[in-house]
Amino acid sequence: MSNLLQVRDLHVTFVTPDRTVNAVNGVSFDVRRGETLGILGESGSGKSVTLRSILRLHPEHRTRWSGSIKLEGDEILTMGRGALSDLRGQRVAMIFQEPATAFDPVFTIGHQIAETVRRHTGKGEADSWTRARELLEMVRIPSPAQRLKAYPHEMSGGMRQRAMIALALSCNPSLLLADEPTTALDATVQIQVLLLIRELQRELDVGVIFVTHDIGVAVEVSDRIGVMYAGKIVELAPVEQMVDAPRHPYSRGLLASTVHDGMRGRRLEAIPGAPPDLAEVPTGCSFALRCKFVQSNCVARPPDLREVGGSHLVRCVLVDAQEAGVAA
Amino acid sequence: MESLVPVEDRGGPAQPLLLASGLRKHFPVPGGLLGRSGKVVRAVDDLSLSVAKGETLGVVGESGCGKSTVARLLIRLIKPDRGTMVLDGDPVDEPHGITVNELRRQVQMVFQDSYASLNPRLTIGETLAFAPKAHGLPAAEARARVRDLLDKVGLDPTNYAERYPHELSGGQRQRVNIARALALRPRLVILDEAVSALDKSVEAQVLNMLVDLKTELGLTYIFISHDLNVVQYLSDRVLVMYLGKIVELGSVEAIYGDPQHPYTRALLSARPSMDPRRRTKEAPIQGDPPNPIDPPSGCRFRTRCPFAEDVCARAEPPLADTGAQAVACHMRIAGSGHSKAVAT
Repeated sequence: MSNLLQVRDLHVTFVTPDRTVNAVNGVSFDVRRGETLGILGESGSGKSVTLRSILRLHPEHRTRWSGSIKLEGDEILTMGRGALSDLRGQRVAMIFQEPATAFDPVFTIGHQIAETVRRHTGKGEADSWTRARELLEMVRIPSPAQRLKAYPHEMSGGMRQRAMIALALSCNPSLLLADEPTTALDATVQIQVLLLIRELQRELDVGVIFVTHDIGVAVEVSDRIGVMYAGKIVELAPVEQMVDAPRHPYSRGLLASTVHDGMRGRRLEAIPGAPPDLAEVPTGCSFALRCKFVQSNCVARPPDLREVGGSHLVRCVLVDAQEAGVAA
Repeated sequence: MESLVPVEDRGGPAQPLLLASGLRKHFPVPGGLLGRSGKVVRAVDDLSLSVAKGETLGVVGESGCGKSTVARLLIRLIKPDRGTMVLDGDPVDEPHGITVNELRRQVQMVFQDSYASLNPRLTIGETLAFAPKAHGLPAAEARARVRDLLDKVGLDPTNYAERYPHELSGGQRQRVNIARALALRPRLVILDEAVSALDKSVEAQVLNMLVDLKTELGLTYIFISHDLNVVQYLSDRVLVMYLGKIVELGSVEAIYGDPQHPYTRALLSARPSMDPRRRTKEAPIQGDPPNPIDPPSGCRFRTRCPFAEDVCARAEPPLADTGAQAVACHMRIAGSGHSKAVAT
């Protein structure tokens, strides 16, 4: 598996006259073809901002960024308008949380998919409609020929999300970005869409970045999981290792505070406090204020992301100390 | 003036705190000639339930199943088309019973959207003092109560009473909403998706707090949520709804350990696996829940049920007691005509 996407030391800062938000503070990761990377984080952790940076969807005049995002070797952050327009939709596609607002309400589903196909592949009118029909079949929408003529409001939430996946995959992108695509769906529908994304990812051999706040969802779809906190990846590991042996105190806290089977009657291990304000660049570890293992060197300088074996990366001084202890 | 003491228990522990029977709410659908389409959303259909003193009754179901309408009916934010309610022996809104105002003193509610449920122009202290003052508590006593309430929900009174809602985080605002619900010393608190909008690390803090407050104040909860894990964590009994009807009702052990209704089973197995080695292989049911405007005839789940037969379209299954729980399914009713019906 070759590297499809390479993100290095990405910083994203939003500047308005009122305030500055350091949304992403040095994020690095790779995505390989045919792999799903789950990005898990709470609101304000920078997970969606990271994802949107890959398509440069942020308002240009209010966003400052640095670092590098390379797709198959092409630098996205310095890309010109034409290349960016080819990138969006054709090489990288995105699905959103709310399919009802991602579709234009005044055109049929078929019209919108066929239009995208024509624009990016240069197919003719008839061919683009044939392709649209194939796509609806591919996402398992029953009676696709009729559904092509449906308007977004005539479809249920689950159907709309399937249609949006069809639209996203219409130009054979090599990378699919998913921003909480199942959060607004009912439980019995969510699992259908998760399984669909997993199957299509294998069938089409695309790379997927799946952003979610729900650990269960991340575990269902991901090969690796990155946990984000205050604009940084604090831990990145293969899914089994993340679930069995999380190393960062925040990942451990997040897993322990998520209610699941067999916790009834037990007190939940809550993480005290709330995430930090992102107006200031933190001088030390951003999690130090809420961490029960905090030491004096946590606040001195931000800890580095260190490998602790088997492509498991952790950003914590405790791990540094443990590794040093092992080495000594 | 009485200083708003907690309402005494009247009927004793065996008498249900709240009994609702035959509750029905149909909302007319706008549109059509003269704005009357003649269609109705059958949000809640002939629903009966009882809540025992000191228990937590969990209510689960997907969007459109009527769980929030039930909450609003129980606190009379909307008036039922039919049905009666009895609060600890007193009929509600009936000649010899208690008034809706008195009901709302004893039954309070916390909503999902912590920001929309607070008045942005009032400080937290003013918000919390509002209802006690309206019920006749003198200003000095109301101030003392505000301090006490903030203390109970883990917010420092000197720090938070003067702040406005926008100065608080989501978790802090939801603590304020819980404090406000407790301001009149209610006996029953209805929590409608009260932790659903919170981040997981904050959700755990609020859940711990809800457990503590229940013990400390002897409260009874109705906990409505789409999150089956959280409902399992908090509830003593669980009610499962589908398209305005109860499909299954029983102890938390029975519902989660031995679910009987095909919908309950599907809902439970649709939960994402927390084990990467045992991922979900197949979705338990296909499709979306149908529109509650035109629910299917007979059993409303039959259009998605893998076991549906002719009888399911013909007759509506009653909620039948099967021992550990009550289930509305023809397969659990002897002689119903379903080929998989239990033997007599």
